Amino acid sequence: MPAFRKVLIANRGEIACRIATVLRERGVASVAVHSEVDAGARHVRLADEAVAIGPAPVAQSYLNQDAVIEAALQTGAEAIHPGYGLLSENAGFARRVAAAGLVFIGPTPEAIDAMGDKARARETARAAGCPVVPGSDGPVDDDTAAAAIAASLGYPVLVKAAGGGGGIGMAIVESPEKLPRALTSCRDRGRSSFGNAAVYLEKYIERPRHIEVQVLFDHHGHGVHLFERECSVQRRHQKVIEEAPSPFVQRTPGLRDGLTRAALAAASAIGYRNAGTVEFVVGQDGAFYFIEMNTRLQVEHPVTEAITGVDLIGWQLEIAAGAPLTLLQDELVIRGAAIECRLYAEDPEKSFVPRPGRIGAFEPPTGEGVRFDTGVGPETDVTPYYDPMIAKLVTRGANRAEATTRALSALETLRLEGLTTNRDFLRAILATETFAAADYDTGWLERYVKANRKT
Amino acid sequence: MLHIKAHITGTVWKIEVAVGDTVGEGDIIAILESMKMEMPVETDDAGRITEILVKEGEAVTEGQPLATIETD
Repeated sequence: MPAFRKVLIANRGEIACRIATVLRERGVASVAVHSEVDAGARHVRLADEAVAIGPAPVAQSYLNQDAVIEAALQTGAEAIHPGYGLLSENAGFARRVAAAGLVFIGPTPEAIDAMGDKARARETARAAGCPVVPGSDGPVDDDTAAAAIAASLGYPVLVKAAGGGGGIGMAIVESPEKLPRALTSCRDRGRSSFGNAAVYLEKYIERPRHIEVQVLFDHHGHGVHLFERECSVQRRHQKVIEEAPSPFVQRTPGLRDGLTRAALAAASAIGYRNAGTVEFVVGQDGAFYFIEMNTRLQVEHPVTEAITGVDLIGWQLEIAAGAPLTLLQDELVIRGAAIECRLYAEDPEKSFVPRPGRIGAFEPPTGEGVRFDTGVGPETDVTPYYDPMIAKLVTRGANRAEATTRALSALETLRLEGLTTNRDFLRAILATETFAAADYDTGWLERYVKANRKT
Repeated sequence: MLHIKAHITGTVWKIEVAVGDTVGEGDIIAILESMKMEMPVETDDAGRITEILVKEGEAVTEGQPLATIETD
């Protein structure tokens, strides 16, 4: 199949801008879609053509599958790039795109389905030899059985209500004598909150780190990994700062080899195609467990591009058009270190409430090793309808310390007036000793915020 | 007569009270949605709701009155 001549971008914000830029660099025509309030958005201006697909709420515009497919057919686009979020992991959409005679730039709908169901994904990964968080594998009704399972997992264990979520109906149990009480309270909580008294057990991983592996597979059975990213600096499951390579992997012998092998095995097991990411939770002892596979491009993919020199979106286009992946594993190397800071329109001083508003003067930072991916510009409105992330600052350096220094200086020189953002919060994080030593875990940022809260 | 105001710019996702309802301090009056986050608006005063000034789905700006409350 020859390369595409025209591609529709089914997204908005910084990622739509990035895709439009990559298309332009490759001489491919681009089509943007947009909601009514996004008519003047940067991603619309960067594309060659634009189609209005509905009112502001995403359900009526960016998630409107009929309108998106119709826009592609109308403009003569041959393929649709879904970006991340929105329709990117919707197997039904991928099927409809194919049925319309268009190419979905991403994995097969079967692969999306296989990883979309958490329980099925866990089984697939385990069968492929990928470690998963040890647990009871289903509800435990009986206290004696629970005690036996907990003993075999090793304390501390986590008791979870089967219907629960977001930390509700979950208890960390440190020792055997505390187990019966935790089981009772989790069952009660599950019954009252979710109408489901079933509980299950899982090994509790203390001070875990979030580390993920980028993979790329073509349609001819060839695949590579592009090393790992670490995303442990997060709050309320929202990533704030990511980096590559992972400092923890760098200092733990054998860990990179283990993670990348497991990631490739999980992806191969489902016949994965295109770009994907396998996420792991990693304990302080270096033991790692499969969490899930994201069957799409990720927000933080630029840190991987920065250390490998590989254009991931460019490869997504090539692979979707049927081209063989010519990257060889042995030729891929990590050069330096890269850090991504997510700039959010939110107010860290007021419990991080989102702050829509109007940007006045705006000048992105520049300089050696600085990349700034954004969906906004000067004199633009940041509306309340969409995600608060307005830009990603990616800095690369010969080492981690240099990447950090460059991030700090870029955050300082960024000119962005009229909008409340987390810029100073990012600078404060980067300046901590914990960040400098990379001695963080997924709970660290929440603890840091709590400790520094003004009273 | 006091106004219960929006504390953020966003859209009204749900209105949790009706005219005539008696509410207590800290009760949720409405849920606003902004940038994919839902945020409840609570009343600082106890009283009776006399007027609802917005509709579900309507865009509101920070400080805009959402409802009127008659305090005891």
